[in-house]
Amino acid sequence: MDSKPSSRRELLKGSALAVGAVAAGASVSKTALAQTPAPAPAPVLPSYAVNEAPEIPVSPDVVAYGVRSHYVKSVRIQEDGRPPGTTARYEAFGLTLHIQTPLQDSIGTIQASSLHYCATTKGSFVPDIDPAQHTLLVDGLVDRPRIFTMADLRRFPSVSRFHFVECIANSANATHKNVQQSHGTCSNAEWTGVLLSTLFKECGLQDKATWYVAEGAEEVKGASTLPINEAMEDVIVAYGMNGEPLRPQQGFPVRLITPGFEGIFNTKWLRHIKAVDQYQLNMNDFGHLRREETTAALGYTWGPKSIITFPSGSQKLPEHGWYEINGLAWSGKGAVRKVEVSTDGGQTWNEAELKGTPLRKAHTRFGYMWNWDGGEHVIMSRTTDDTGSIQPTREQMAKALGMTDTPNWRPPGTNNTIMPWKIASDGSVTNGLA
Amino acid sequence: MGSLRIVPILLLLASPALAQTYGIGKVPTAAQLAQGITISPTGAGLPRGHGTAAEGAKLFVEKNCVACHGPAGAGGVTAAPNLVGNKGTGPDDDVWKRVNGGEAPGSLPILAPDATIVWDFINRGMPLGNEGTLKPDEVYALTAYLFALDKIIPEDKVLDQDNLAQIKMPIGTEWVRVPDWKPGAPRMTGYPY
Repeated sequence: MDSKPSSRRELLKGSALAVGAVAAGASVSKTALAQTPAPAPAPVLPSYAVNEAPEIPVSPDVVAYGVRSHYVKSVRIQEDGRPPGTTARYEAFGLTLHIQTPLQDSIGTIQASSLHYCATTKGSFVPDIDPAQHTLLVDGLVDRPRIFTMADLRRFPSVSRFHFVECIANSANATHKNVQQSHGTCSNAEWTGVLLSTLFKECGLQDKATWYVAEGAEEVKGASTLPINEAMEDVIVAYGMNGEPLRPQQGFPVRLITPGFEGIFNTKWLRHIKAVDQYQLNMNDFGHLRREETTAALGYTWGPKSIITFPSGSQKLPEHGWYEINGLAWSGKGAVRKVEVSTDGGQTWNEAELKGTPLRKAHTRFGYMWNWDGGEHVIMSRTTDDTGSIQPTREQMAKALGMTDTPNWRPPGTNNTIMPWKIASDGSVTNGLA
Repeated sequence: MGSLRIVPILLLLASPALAQTYGIGKVPTAAQLAQGITISPTGAGLPRGHGTAAEGAKLFVEKNCVACHGPAGAGGVTAAPNLVGNKGTGPDDDVWKRVNGGEAPGSLPILAPDATIVWDFINRGMPLGNEGTLKPDEVYALTAYLFALDKIIPEDKVLDQDNLAQIKMPIGTEWVRVPDWKPGAPRMTGYPY
């Protein structure tokens, strides 16, 4: 008798039964189908047995925005692995300065907007801005000062570009347990907006303008001073991120993306851009005051950098055999040209495969197939960008600067040194700087 | 036929990509322009106002600055910077090694290359939780108070929009300018990394 399947799962079970019956019949004889099938024992189908597990309920949230599998646990962590001395002053006021992305779980080249690292100059305060009320003022050394609504900005020709943003705090040291601690204040996303150069042309930027001040709308009105020549090159006034509006932690409704510059220069909640004719040390710039030329030269912008995200600290290789060592490479000066991987502590280097076309000032995923023999190894990656700059070891960097590499040495400026991971014979992975 | 030939040229001329401007956005009103609070190291952009160290000392208590920074700008909670620095006399003649509650050096006001930076920082960022509420006279007064504590100005000096930028800061020339950035240029000449 036909009975109507009461659910999709029973329907699937029923059709599986029919297929099983056909297959069983076919194995008996080619003419079996023409005869009345004998009652066959129910086939055991392990895959459907497993699917007796509950289904994911279709809640309004699942319909509206989607949710990831509850089996995926990867999350951001705040101030993870940072020395207490650098966080005490924020914690005392209940603030968080840095929220690190779980790079150890990252796949591909972009961070989901929900997992993108974030940092704020004064802590965790994130303004709740109504985009209908928010405006961007462009004035100073321009012929035509203008004030733009968010709707105005979307009328300009737009760009969508992949760029990394990285905080100067992204400086690996021997105390870090994993790549989230050592490299988690760096992320890559697709940013959509109007080029700052387009707005400056609209406003008639004057020749004598050499710097501009970008100011946010948060409670401290954090501001930075940046050079006009870089602004005309590739700076974006961004309202979109990974296919949707910016998130509040990323500067909703509009922020600056200053490719290659330290994270703090990517002014969030952007409300004012003023073209000026001299550098001025602003609210967000003061911590960047330097005493030595070298520290200043190597600060503010990022050189070529790469990191192995698998296998990385706190992970474990379950058995010897083939693995794809993979990770991310980027440069604040241009596109990645090459990535090399060493599995013998830097004695020999093997060229890695680049996944896709490397983009300017953006993350590139690399991979290198490696047959782990079960022995102890130190693995590391290094990248060369299309300006010819190469990522140094700590030792190489120290030597070039006339300094000495000690365990407590913090490389001056933005730290783009090579990160080693140690693999023990039991497959466990630990910090190679330790 | 002849008129059809010029169509592509007309299309080209009408192409927005070639247009210098789009006529988008509004001319800001005086009130909207006044929302800009960025000031120059030359003092340009400073609002009119004045204040003295005595007035600032009073405000330092009234605005509860003492709660974090301690009485007279020192000995407050660990989390808040000590505002009284090493003036640069004697064996510790180095503003970069200022007394700073055990924190890394680099705090205002002693380390500011320009007096305007201190004014700007107070104006934008203080008091914590009530940012943007100080009036210009109050910011001049608090700046004068901190400068007097650090013996950068005499206690009776009246700070205003005209003389603030003229103050000689103790750091002198012991700091470096930001690099002369050019797109695509190496971070440091001869540096391969």
